[in-house]
Amino acid sequence: MTSSTPTPYRGEHDGTPLPAGAPNPPSGPDRHTGESLGREAWRRLKQNRAAMLSLILMVILALVCFIGPYLLPWGLDEVDWNSFQTAPSMTDGHYAGTDANGRDLLVRTLFGGQVSLSVALMATFVSLLIGVIYGAVAGYVGGRTDNLMMRFVDIMYSLPFMFLVILLMVVFGRNIFLIYAAIGAVEWLDMARIVRGQTLALKRREFIEAAHALGVSGPTIVRRHLIPNTLGPVIIYVTLTVPKVILLESFLSFLGLGVQEPLTSWGVLISEGKDMMESAPWMLIVPSVFLAVTLFCLNFLGDGLRDALDPKTR
Amino acid sequence: MTLRRCRVLALLLSLAAGSGQAATLHVDNEGEPGSLDPQKSNNQWDARIQKALFDRLVDVAADGTLIPGLARSWDVSADGTVWTFHLRDARWSDGTPITAEDAVFSLRRLLTPATANRNANLYYAIHNARAVNLGKTPPESLGVDAVDESTLRVTLDHPSGYFLEAMAMAEAAPLPAHVITRGERWITPGNTVVSGAFTLGDWIPQSRLTLDRNPAFYAADTVALDKVVMYPLEDTNDAIRRFRSGRIDLSLAQVPSSRIDWLRTNMPEALQQGPWAGEYFYMFNVRKGPLADARVREALNLVVRRDIITDKILGTGMIPSTRFVPGAVSGQGDATMPGLDAPWPERLSKAKALMKDAGYSPAHPLRLTLRYNTNDDHRKVAVAVAAMWKPLGVETTLYNSEAAVHYAAIHAGQFDVARYGMIATVNDPFDFLGSMAQGGSAAESSGYTNAAFTEAVRESETLASPEARFDALTRAEQQLLDDHAVLPIYEYVASHLVSPRVHGFESNVMDEHPLRFLSITPPTSGE
Amino acid sequence: MLSYILKRLAFAIPTLLIVITISFFLMRVAPGGPFDGERQLPPEIEANLEAVYHLDEPLPMQYLRYMNNLVHGDFGPSFKYKDFSVTELIMQGFPVSLEIGGLAIALALLIGLPLGVIAALKRNSAADYFVMSLALGGIAVPNFVIAPIMALVFGVLLGWLPAGGWNGGAWPNLVLPVVALSIQQIAYIARMMRASMIETLGSHFIRTARAKGLNEMQVVMRHALRPAMLPVVSYLGPAIAGIVTGSVVIEQIFGIPGIGRYFVQGALNRDYTLVMGTVVFYGALIVLMNLLVDLLYSVLDPQIRYDD
Repeated sequence: MTSSTPTPYRGEHDGTPLPAGAPNPPSGPDRHTGESLGREAWRRLKQNRAAMLSLILMVILALVCFIGPYLLPWGLDEVDWNSFQTAPSMTDGHYAGTDANGRDLLVRTLFGGQVSLSVALMATFVSLLIGVIYGAVAGYVGGRTDNLMMRFVDIMYSLPFMFLVILLMVVFGRNIFLIYAAIGAVEWLDMARIVRGQTLALKRREFIEAAHALGVSGPTIVRRHLIPNTLGPVIIYVTLTVPKVILLESFLSFLGLGVQEPLTSWGVLISEGKDMMESAPWMLIVPSVFLAVTLFCLNFLGDGLRDALDPKTR
Repeated sequence: MTLRRCRVLALLLSLAAGSGQAATLHVDNEGEPGSLDPQKSNNQWDARIQKALFDRLVDVAADGTLIPGLARSWDVSADGTVWTFHLRDARWSDGTPITAEDAVFSLRRLLTPATANRNANLYYAIHNARAVNLGKTPPESLGVDAVDESTLRVTLDHPSGYFLEAMAMAEAAPLPAHVITRGERWITPGNTVVSGAFTLGDWIPQSRLTLDRNPAFYAADTVALDKVVMYPLEDTNDAIRRFRSGRIDLSLAQVPSSRIDWLRTNMPEALQQGPWAGEYFYMFNVRKGPLADARVREALNLVVRRDIITDKILGTGMIPSTRFVPGAVSGQGDATMPGLDAPWPERLSKAKALMKDAGYSPAHPLRLTLRYNTNDDHRKVAVAVAAMWKPLGVETTLYNSEAAVHYAAIHAGQFDVARYGMIATVNDPFDFLGSMAQGGSAAESSGYTNAAFTEAVRESETLASPEARFDALTRAEQQLLDDHAVLPIYEYVASHLVSPRVHGFESNVMDEHPLRFLSITPPTSGE
Repeated sequence: MLSYILKRLAFAIPTLLIVITISFFLMRVAPGGPFDGERQLPPEIEANLEAVYHLDEPLPMQYLRYMNNLVHGDFGPSFKYKDFSVTELIMQGFPVSLEIGGLAIALALLIGLPLGVIAALKRNSAADYFVMSLALGGIAVPNFVIAPIMALVFGVLLGWLPAGGWNGGAWPNLVLPVVALSIQQIAYIARMMRASMIETLGSHFIRTARAKGLNEMQVVMRHALRPAMLPVVSYLGPAIAGIVTGSVVIEQIFGIPGIGRYFVQGALNRDYTLVMGTVVFYGALIVLMNLLVDLLYSVLDPQIRYDD
C-alpha cells in the first residue's frame, strides 16, 4: 500500500467503488446517525442467528439472576446447619451444592450475578462514555491539546491503583457506586487510546475534510462523523472490557471496597472456588459457567452489533 | 565416626556419579526473607534462615525445647537476675574464635535505637535495656559484660520467665563483630561469616536461597544435610503442587485450610499436624457502646459454638478454644471461660436472658460491625459467627479490608469487634497476657482495663519461681475470661507437608524446625 | 519526526514528576503503614523504626528528601527486603518479567493475529465460530483459574513440565507461565484483529485492489493487514508495558522471581520506597510505549501525521 492510497474506513458510498483519492460526499457518514440507524441496525441484527440467540440467552440469564433467588427456598446468608460444603444434589434442595459455611451456592451465584452484571454494565458504560469522547476529542483536535490530554492518560495509567481505591474508600465510605466509578476510572484509559488512534486515522479522510470545508463545526464532526466511525473497534473492546471489569471487582472486594459478605459476586465466588478445584469443584465450576455463558453471549452479540452497524456488510 | 565415614563414602559416590548425590533438602520457606541480618527482620521465614546461619548461646532442639548452643552451660543467681553463660570453644566460619565479646557486641547492637529491632522489648528485663533502646543511655551501659573470653554475664532488673527463650531467638545470636565493624553490607553471598550449621550459598531474591553445610560449625559432624535450598513460595498451592511432583521435600508454610481435607484423604503420610502456640480470637472494643457491657460480651461468647467452626466449617484440626492462652504453651494453667461447658440449650437461653437484661430486643436489636482482614478462613469464621449471633437478634455487618488497613483501624480503636490472632514469639503465657495488661498493645486497642488483671500480670514479673509465676499468670487469665474481654475461637494447629523421606522433623509448640537436625534419604531433583 | 520525538521525550519529565508527586502523597495519606501488623509494636520500637526511615519527619520534608535522592539516582532501600536497594530488586526481577512477558506477547501475536485474520476472512462460518469460541475461552476463564489448572495437569498429574519455579530460566520452567500469560492476550488480539480486519476488508480501496485481480492472500498481506492493525497496536502499547512488568498472579502461582509481585505486595506491605520504585519504572515504560505506538501509527497509516 502506498501513501497515495488512502485507507478509508466507514463512511463512503455503498455501491460502486470510487477511484482512490476521489472526494467523498460528506453525507456518507450521516447514514449512521438518526433514527434510521437504529431501525436499520435492529433489522440486521435480527437476521444474525448467533447474535439473536445470544441476546435471548442473556436476557434469560439476567432474569434468572434477578428473579431466580426469590423462587429458591434458601436465603442469601441462610445457613443450612446440616450441609457444610456438600456437593450438588437434587434431593436436599441444594442444586448447586453449598459453600463451606453451609450456604446454598446457586442462590449465592444468582445474587452474585446481580452484582457482577450491574457492575459490568455500569463500569463499562462509564468507561465507554469517558473513553470514547475523550479519545475522539484528543485525536480530532490534535496538536498541543492531544499531547496534554494523552499525557494525562499516561499519568492515570501510572498511578498506583490500589492506593487510589483505598483513599476513595476513606473519603467516600463504601458503596456500590464507588465500585462503578473506581473501575470505570481505570478502564476508560484503553478505550481513550483506541478511539484516539482511530480518530487520528479518520480525520485525514476525505469525508471529514469535506465536512470541515462545508463549515460543519468541530463538535458536530466529532459527534456525527468521527465517533460513529470508530464504533467497530469500540464495540469489540467493550465486550473485552466486561470480563476485566467483573474480575477487577473481585480485587476491589479483596481490598474491602467491592461487595461485602453476605453479598457476593461471580468474581469473588470464582476466586474463592479456585483453591477448591480438587476438593469441592462445584464451588469453582458453578460461578465459572455463569460467567462463561455471559461472556460468550456478549461476544457474539458484540459481533452481531458491529456487523449491524456497519453499512458495508450487506 | 561411623557417620563421618558414611559421609566420606557418600562424597566419593557423589564425585563418581557426577552431581545430585549430595544430601540436599528442598524446602518451601513460605516467603522471601526480609533480611538475613538476625536483628533487622523477624518473619518466621527470615528467622529460619538466620538461625541456620547464626547459632545462639541457647539453641532449639528438633522438638522445640531449649538446649545448649554456643554456650555449653549457664547458671542463674537465686533471685533470678544474674545469668552467666559459659561459651564453648567454637569458631566463626572464617576461623576466628567466637568470644563473649561477640555476644556483648550483638546484644548492644540489638538494643541500639538505629537497629530498630522489632522484638527489642523482649530484652527490656536486661539492666538499662529500655533506656538504651530509647537512646537515653549509650549501648555500653547495657547490663551485659564479658567476664572473660568465654564467659558472658547478663544482669537483669527483675526476673524474666522467658529470658532463656529470648536468648534462643535469632536476634540474640552472637554476631561477628570483626566483620560487621568493617562495613554495613556484611551479609551477602560469599561475604558472610557465620557461626551456625550452614553457610550462605547463593541467593536469588524471590527464587531461591541456598545453604551449604558449614564445616567450621562446632557440631558439623552431626549435621546430615550437605545443602538446603529454600524456596520463598508465596502461594501455598504452588508449594503443594511442587511437593506432589517431588520438587520439594518439606513445606514450612502452613497448609491452607482449603487443602487439609484433600491432603488428609490423599496424602495422609505427608501431612504433619501438631498444636501450635497461637490463639485465634475476636477482640471487643470495650471502651464504649454496647460492648462496654459485660453482659453483652458474655452473651456473644455463649452462643458461638467453637466446635462447629473448627470441625464443620474449617475442618483443619484447629482446637476449639475457651481461653486466651493456648494449651500448648508451657506453663499454661487451667483457666477457662465460665459457662461455655454448659449444654447448648442452656447457653442459648442464658445468652438471650443476658441480652434482654442489657436492653436489647427484636424491636431494639444490637447492631455490630465485625472487622476482619481479607482471607478465606477469616471470612468463613466471620460468616459463621454472624450466623450464630443471629438468634440473639444481633445484626452483624461484616467489614473486610486488607491487612494494613485492618490493623491500622484496630490500633486506632476504630472497631466494634475485630478478628485478631496472636502467635507466640516466646513460649510463655506472658507473651499473650502481657499484651492485654495496661500499656500492652492489645489492651491499647481494645480498651480493656482491670486492676486485678494488671496486678497479677505485674506480679508475675517479680517472681523468680516458675510455679509461682505461672500461678499468677493463670489468675490473670481467669480474670480476663471472667470479664469476657475477648471472644476466643480456636487454638492454632501447625500443618506441614513433610516427605516420608525427611527424617528428624517433629511437630512442636513453637513450630520450630531447625535444619541442622533434619536429614533426607534418598535425595530428590529439585526445581 | 525527530523533533516530534524530542518534544515527546521532553514532555516525559514533567509527566513523571506529576506521577511521582501524586503517588507519593496518595500512598502516604492512605491508612495503614509499614509497621501495622498483627502484633502492634510497642511505641518505643515503632519510634525507632520511624526514625530509621525518616517517617518521623513532616511529610513535605520526606517528599523533598525522596526527590533529592531520586535526582541522584537513589530509590532508597526497600522497607521489606532490607538487604537490597529498590534499584537492585527491580534490576534483578525485571529481566525475568521481561522474558516471560516478552515471550507471552510474541506468542500471542503469532497466534492471535492469524486467528483474527482467518476468522475475518471466513466470517460467520463454522471456522469463524470455532476460532472465536477458542479465543473466548481464553477470556472466559480468568488466568488465576487457568494457571493453577495447567500447573496441576502438566506439572503434577502428567509430570511433563515443572509445576513451578524459575530455575535460572530453563525452558521447561518457562512454558507454563508463558502460555498461561498469553492465553488472554491471544483472545484479545484475535478478537480485535477480526473486527478490524472485517472493517478494512469492507472498504473500497480493498475492493479496488481485488478488482485489480489480486488474490485474497495478496490483498490481505499487502493492503489490509497494516491498517487493520491500528486498534490492536493502540491496545498493545499500554498492555505491553503491563505485561513485561510482570503479572502478580502468574508469578505467585508459578513462583517466578519477577517484579509483578512488587506492585501488589509492595503496596499491601506499605513498602513505600519499593512502591515508588515500581511506579517510576512503570510510568517511564508507559510513556515510552505510548510514544512508540504513536510513531507506529504513522508507519501503519502514512496519513497520520503529528504537527501543531
